[in-house]
Amino acid sequence: MLGKLDWSAIPFDQPIPLVAGAVVLVAILGVLFWVVVKGHLPYLWDEWITSVDHKRIGVMYILLASVMLLRGGSDAIMMRIQQAVAYQSQGYLPPEHYNQIFSAHGTIMIFFVAMPFVIGLMNLVVPLQLGVRDVAFPTLNSVGFWLTATGALLVNISLVVGEFARTGWLAFPPLSGLSYSPGVGVDYYAWSLQISGVGTLVAGINLVTTVLKLRTKGMNYLRMPMFCWTTLASNLLIVAAFPILTATLAMLLLDRYLGFHFFTNEAGGNVMMFMNLIWAWGHPEVYILVLPAFGIFSEVVSTFSGKALFGYRSMVLATMAICVVSFMVWLHHFFTMGAGPDVNAIFGIASMIIAIPTGVKIYNWLFTMYGGRIRFATPMLWSVGFMVTFIIGGLTGVLVAVPPADFMLHNSMFLVAHFHNVIIGGVLFGAFAGFEYWFPKAFGFRLDERWGKAAFWFTFTGFYVTFMPLYIAGMLGMTRRLQHYDVAAWRPWMIVAAFGMAVLSIGVICQIMQLVVSIRNREALRDRTGDPWDGRSLEWATSSPPPVFNFAFHPDVRGEDAYWDMKTRAQQQSFDHDVPGYQDIEMPRNSPTGFICAFFASIMGFALIWHIWWMVILGGIGAFATFVVFAWRDHDEYVIPAEEVARIDRINLEERRSLVSMAGAV
Amino acid sequence: MNLLDPQGPVAAANSTILVDSIFIMLVIVVPTIVAILAFAFWFRASNTKARFQPGFVYSGRVEMVVWSIPALTVILLGGVAWIGSHQLDPAAPVPGTGSPLRIQAVSLDWKWLFIYPDQRIATVNTLTVPAGAELNFQLTSSSVMNTFFIPQLGSMIYTMNGMVTRLNLRADNEGKLQGLSAHFSGDGFPHMMFDVNVVSPLAFPDWVAATAKSDAVLNEDTYTKLKQQGIERGRPTYRLEDPRLFDLIATQHIPPGPGPELASGAGRPHSGGHDAR
Repeated sequence: MLGKLDWSAIPFDQPIPLVAGAVVLVAILGVLFWVVVKGHLPYLWDEWITSVDHKRIGVMYILLASVMLLRGGSDAIMMRIQQAVAYQSQGYLPPEHYNQIFSAHGTIMIFFVAMPFVIGLMNLVVPLQLGVRDVAFPTLNSVGFWLTATGALLVNISLVVGEFARTGWLAFPPLSGLSYSPGVGVDYYAWSLQISGVGTLVAGINLVTTVLKLRTKGMNYLRMPMFCWTTLASNLLIVAAFPILTATLAMLLLDRYLGFHFFTNEAGGNVMMFMNLIWAWGHPEVYILVLPAFGIFSEVVSTFSGKALFGYRSMVLATMAICVVSFMVWLHHFFTMGAGPDVNAIFGIASMIIAIPTGVKIYNWLFTMYGGRIRFATPMLWSVGFMVTFIIGGLTGVLVAVPPADFMLHNSMFLVAHFHNVIIGGVLFGAFAGFEYWFPKAFGFRLDERWGKAAFWFTFTGFYVTFMPLYIAGMLGMTRRLQHYDVAAWRPWMIVAAFGMAVLSIGVICQIMQLVVSIRNREALRDRTGDPWDGRSLEWATSSPPPVFNFAFHPDVRGEDAYWDMKTRAQQQSFDHDVPGYQDIEMPRNSPTGFICAFFASIMGFALIWHIWWMVILGGIGAFATFVVFAWRDHDEYVIPAEEVARIDRINLEERRSLVSMAGAV
Repeated sequence: MNLLDPQGPVAAANSTILVDSIFIMLVIVVPTIVAILAFAFWFRASNTKARFQPGFVYSGRVEMVVWSIPALTVILLGGVAWIGSHQLDPAAPVPGTGSPLRIQAVSLDWKWLFIYPDQRIATVNTLTVPAGAELNFQLTSSSVMNTFFIPQLGSMIYTMNGMVTRLNLRADNEGKLQGLSAHFSGDGFPHMMFDVNVVSPLAFPDWVAATAKSDAVLNEDTYTKLKQQGIERGRPTYRLEDPRLFDLIATQHIPPGPGPELASGAGRPHSGGHDAR
């Protein structure tokens, strides 16, 4: 009846996951209870869960990412403590537990923190920057989000029901095959990524279509803000790369469920094929994450320097070059496989070539600052911190692209330090910069600067104290994923790294405090103008938060930095936007399709993991039926009458006029 | 295990390339970081002496320089990578004194087996080699992937079941080194460290002779016991019965090692032998 599921699946003998799971469960039930008792459920359902508004979906993506950041961060803290204490001893985590933790940490941080964070920011901002009213496929957008949430849910269920993979975040076979990992851990891993992978692909298709097909009047490609360009590049990569991940995991699952032999030791299975396939997805994935971050930094550096982005066309070229070349370098993840020197050298050089456009980007940000009037608000701090940190990560990255150097550093703590250097210093700093920068746009009030700056300095310092020692440990021959070790020379560096982790954690606490303090002081921090940073692109041309339709009129774009242009012109003329002729606006209706679909997908995923076949069929039919019902819908849009549009828009215009009249010369 | 303290020509060449590459890159990285901090500081809004140039958004000359600096660096490093990859190909011979020593390494769950086919001996978790001789490794795995790595001798390489990889090394100085697996292989992974004894070329035959007197014999039966999941805390040595044992493993005539058994139910298997810690 329940497949492989029985009471032995609950780890009653392991207090840590049990207590953690109980705390989370109590927290979730508490929030649910509060929501129901206070009568917020209809609000939550109408305004958020069933919303197809790209801004709301973007916010929910970021919320998901933030919650999962805490989960992945707890894993990181446990790992750093374990390696600090497990010298000539077992530490406090047995191997079967420690191995789940580092696997979960990697999986969560990449798929359920970094991905939703950048996709959330793209969702929130890109339609606004393009001057349009929504994304191309609003309901599909909601489906994409909820499927991502399903994946995150399954990963977290594994904490208390069964186990998570103990194979590392890429689950290399044959270790991840049925012979060597007979438990449900790898199944949790694979099914949660399959389901959330569909969500990501859907988000990618949606955003590519949005950038290519939905741009306001005059917004031709070479007038798009840099963030739109990097969004385009990143989502093209999603569309090209995620099907590879899906296919690879499908083959792994066929091996595990139906006795196929794609990646087994026996019967002609080939583990190197998995390595090639997973990295053919995995390397572009790195750029899927970092390109949007590059876009965020471009926006932030230009805004806070009070200048247009230096070398815009060069930046576009560099972005697209990275997009293309990133697909041709995957083999550098396994130089040590023993492929010939020609293969290694060619892929090594191809990997270095990516450093050229990336270097160009750094220099262009540098020259954007040159001759600027730089305001060091929190987003700008993150950006300068990123530029310094990312260069160091780039240096070590090019270093491991040199095959003979990689023969010494492959899989070492040096490598661990390198990719944290680029992912924390690049993606996470970018996500935080974007969060600080666009928060007022999403919620209508700014974030507290003092806590924001404290968060930056603690995170920045904490990053260096944590990861510089790991570089050194790598140079001392330490490999990654060691549950314990006996080498005395490594010990001091592990202790320093654990201390650094504590500093990083203070940074995260400051970030939470910033949110709490800002919400409490929201009236004082209110942004009435819609343009708190003296911005340059169209998202600042509408109110904060924007009305559901974003823009009463499609903005008319006449150059790069569209909104800056408008502001400059408006100072000479009056802000004569108040032309008569507001029109009715059609907006997509809310739809529970995404939520219901993900509900059934969760059931199906859980059932597949535990081999509960009747439940698999139930979940599958449910998810499919939801789609069919949606496909046969009669009304998918509702109309906002012109008077209502006019009323909302006039309020915004009033505020904006007073801003323009107050502003000095540009 | 310091990478910058190489004990053989391969490690020496690897670490030279490593250090040289770092310095080549530092030449542009350091000035760039300094420029970032300097520009950010000088052009701060409160500095009235800094000239505001909002129109400075394109300059052909600057563009040319910013594309060529990383390009030139990459051309230089690309040359290093190309030449280095060819000279330091793991399969390329590393000439040494005397005749090359053939060693066949097998990664097991979770120990290393070293077979000396010409000497008809085998060891577990300890590798004894003569100083100065070319070490000619053939490597495979009994089960999952591992990576064979002696940091101070250089160049790691994967071990995979059903496949043979090759690696040539040389140890120049007598002494004790440590090796490890650099690819996660399951619950007993931390126990995959092994000792490397580099002995004098004169002492090596004595060690071989002593080891050949070992009571334990390595044949298919003892290998089958050895490949069960578990930790080996000792350093057993064997007489090798069949010098073709490695080929039988690599060609899967001896089937791959078994994984863990499922304990009760299904959800959470226990590590084989319960002694993974």
